[in-house]
Amino acid sequence: MSSAEGQQHPLGIYYKIWILLFVLSGFSYAVDYFNVQGGMRWALVILFMFLKAGFIVAIFMHVVWERLALVLTILGPPSVLLVLIGLMTVEGKYAEEARFNYMGHDRNAVALGPSDLHGEGGEHGSGDHQGDSH
Amino acid sequence: MSEAEAVNDSPEGMTGLVDDWSADRQAYQVPWGKAMMWIFLVSDTFIFSCFLVGYLNVRLTTTAPWPPQSEIFALSFGGAPIPLILIAIMTFILITSSGTMALAVNMGYRKDKVKAFWLICITAAFGASFVGMQMFEWSKLILDEGVRPWGNPFGAPQFGSIFFMVTGFHGLHVTGGVIYLLWVAFRVKRGYYDNKGFEIIEIAGLYWHFVDLVWVFIFAFFYLL
Repeated sequence: MSSAEGQQHPLGIYYKIWILLFVLSGFSYAVDYFNVQGGMRWALVILFMFLKAGFIVAIFMHVVWERLALVLTILGPPSVLLVLIGLMTVEGKYAEEARFNYMGHDRNAVALGPSDLHGEGGEHGSGDHQGDSH
Repeated sequence: MSEAEAVNDSPEGMTGLVDDWSADRQAYQVPWGKAMMWIFLVSDTFIFSCFLVGYLNVRLTTTAPWPPQSEIFALSFGGAPIPLILIAIMTFILITSSGTMALAVNMGYRKDKVKAFWLICITAAFGASFVGMQMFEWSKLILDEGVRPWGNPFGAPQFGSIFFMVTGFHGLHVTGGVIYLLWVAFRVKRGYYDNKGFEIIEIAGLYWHFVDLVWVFIFAFFYLL
């Protein structure tokens, strides 16, 4: 399909993908808005993320219409990053466990939100809260 | 351009791949500027991926609790705070700008210079408003919430350093993209590409879609998860 005329396609496909990207972003936001938590949150957010990324690369960046020589140049090298992600996950989990088990870090420490800090005691209340968690 | 015409009848798929990569003159049957832009974007992918993998590692190894992003980035318009509303607006703005850019590329190939010019300008305006909102978000985070690259009142101090680095680097890309787009737009308007062809709009579009693509990942990993 790539020719001297460049990547020229009917406008309809851009509108369809455009709307689809809006819908998928809306779904991502809905995951947070309806406060889905745990494994379901991860699965949904990552699913919508990859769908959005895929449509942007495939249609808006015209990769589906490119020749295989260019497609492999674009998608091949970054796929090696999966190995890096895998290695860093294993290493990171090991380091975290070591810190919990041998360095006395608190496994049950809880984060504070803006409402905890600005709520009753104002800014100065934060010192006491943090003192508890350590 | 004449090279590109010559390969119109060359095979697609694996046979085409072997043909292209063993060609004696040119491996990529696209304008050279587009091939160079793609190679730049692949290298930029590695930079952003290194940041994101670094974030993954920091997030895993940090034993202090991670600050609750959904609450921190909430914004209230008079009533109860709506979680992540500013970030959602920024996401929609960037997607809208990606759509207008895709239309600009199409208009360029139709040789409709006026429409292409205005669509690129609209894209740049959306990009500029994105950067403006990011500045608002940063100033709220720094001045109101007291988040610093070395610490914050909510939890793990690493949050500030990785957040400001990655969103800052992305914001820099958007800013650069706005300047690049405006430069291309005015050259289109002045007729600089009338004889050279309008691939330049597609090349600039590739960069702009890439910036949107990076934001898709930042939105998921820094705000939602």
